[in-house]
Order: sequence, then C-alpha cells, then structure tokens
Amino acid sequence: MKSAVIVFPGSNCDRDAVSACQKVGSKVSKIWHQETKLEDDLDLIIVPGGFSYGDYLRSGAMAAISPVMQEVKRLSKKGVKVLGICNGFQILTEAGLLEGVLLRNKKVKFICRDVLLRVENQNTAFTGKYKKNQIIKFPIAHMDGNYFADPETLKRIEGNGNVAFRYVDVNGNVTDEANPNGAALNIAGIFNDQKNVLGLMPHPERAIDDNTGSIDGLSIFESLLAA
Amino acid sequence: MKIRILITLKKGVLDTQGKAIENSLVKNLGFSQLSQVRQGKLVEVEIAETDPAKIKSVVDEICDKLLVNKVIEDYNYEVIA
Repeated sequence: MKSAVIVFPGSNCDRDAVSACQKVGSKVSKIWHQETKLEDDLDLIIVPGGFSYGDYLRSGAMAAISPVMQEVKRLSKKGVKVLGICNGFQILTEAGLLEGVLLRNKKVKFICRDVLLRVENQNTAFTGKYKKNQIIKFPIAHMDGNYFADPETLKRIEGNGNVAFRYVDVNGNVTDEANPNGAALNIAGIFNDQKNVLGLMPHPERAIDDNTGSIDGLSIFESLLAA
Repeated sequence: MKIRILITLKKGVLDTQGKAIENSLVKNLGFSQLSQVRQGKLVEVEIAETDPAKIKSVVDEICDKLLVNKVIEDYNYEVIA
C-alpha cells in the first residue's frame, strides 16, 4: 500500500497519521499543500487533523481550496481512497468531497476525550475488518464537530449506507447523552456514495497503541491494507 | 469600489455562538428584553470595478468559491464607497 499524508499550515496530526500507516506496513510520504501533482499510483490519501489556516473563516474552508486539493479531488474520482480525520473531515466537506458541514459544538466548548462509536457500515474498504455494529473507542479533540445537513440530505445519506460511525452509549444505543457535540443523528463519520472517501471527527490514528488507551483505530488501516 | 459583504447563518441552523452571546446579555448583564440573538461575519473588500453587474459577478463568485458555505449560510452585500 502506498499512502500520502497532506500537510497544511496548522496541521498537527500528520505525524500520527504517518505512524498509523507505517504500523500496518504502508509506504507513506508527507505532501505539502502547495504541491500541484500527486502520484497516480497512490492507494490512500489522508487529510489529517489540526487547525489548518488557524480555522479562519470556517474550519477547513481555506485548506479546501489549496492547490493540492485539486489533485485529491482528481484522484478521488479515480477511486483512490481518501480519509479525512477531524479537521480533515471539515476540509473534505468544504471541498465538496463529502456532503454536509461541521458546525460549532452544541455547547460551544472544545471537547477532548474518548468516545464510543458504533460501526454502521462494515462493508467498505475502510471498515472491512470491523464486525457488524461493533462498538469501538476513539478519542475526539474538536471545537467544530456538530455534523449538519438538511433533512433531505440526511435521509439520502442514511439510505445509501453512507453513515460510517455513530456516537453511542456503552450498550450501543444512539442517545443524546452519548452525543458529545450535537451532531445530527449522532453522526461521527460519513462516506461518499462510492465509499472511497471517509470523513470522521474521532481520531483512529490516535487509537493504534495499547499505551494510549485503545487499538480500535488500527482496524481502519488494516482494512485499507487488505482492500 | 469598496464592498461590504454580510454573511449570516440560514434560518433554522443552530447558532451556538449567538446563543452564548444571548445568554451573556440576558443572564449576566440583565438585558431581559433581548432574544433571538444571531451572529454572523462581515467582510470588506476593494474591487477594481465600477459597473454594478461586474461587481455582482465578482462578489457572487468569491462568495461561492470561498467566503460562504451555502449549506448553512446566506449573504448579501452593499457598495459602501
């Protein structure tokens, strides 16, 4: 597997993303956002977390129009897998690669803690190593994670199996208490219709080592390797 | 011409910052007659055009491409100088 991690001014999870790729044996390189050419033989592009452009204007808005994103769009249309984590998810929605938008958290607070997620669709290249409806633990660390889309879009996303992960309680139930940021339908991550683009607010790349509390994120990278 | 663009959240989109401002005004400062506080963004820009149609086309394009996320925001603008 050959992976690339995009680096914007203000990215701060790029190194963790590189580590996660290396942990499953993928070749990986960091790509600066001014780059105008990405190699066609890439298997995976990661748009990492952080605070690109200081979150000015709207989270991810300016990163979404940086030169390298034209290449990310081009390759995503050819079926290359694109994984947007946290700020990367915000960037992918702003770039139009995923539907909806991430609003300010409902309680207007930056939230940094572990959350429980339920795997909603395990029949994708990103989630093949998970069991159906598996409950997993990832950390979150964000200010703008409140997923929003109009009711028609939400209905379509649900119908197409595009919901990847939902915030749940210990019993796997979708409840308001388990929803950290007010996200519509407790949505923590979504796919595009073709299922080759995944964006999620929680951090799988920070859940790849027992020493940091969870290894549940490793399955995403192992799934991609096997896909 | 100098243009002022006003960007606001669409009706029905939860404005968490507006709510926090409202709470501070009403609960902390005692302005009990206030409600429905909404906040937005103001962007001023100098455009080297004088024709209103050209100005409109530039404003529409910059709002579409960067300044506004149409999923959640509306905008309007005025020529101020």
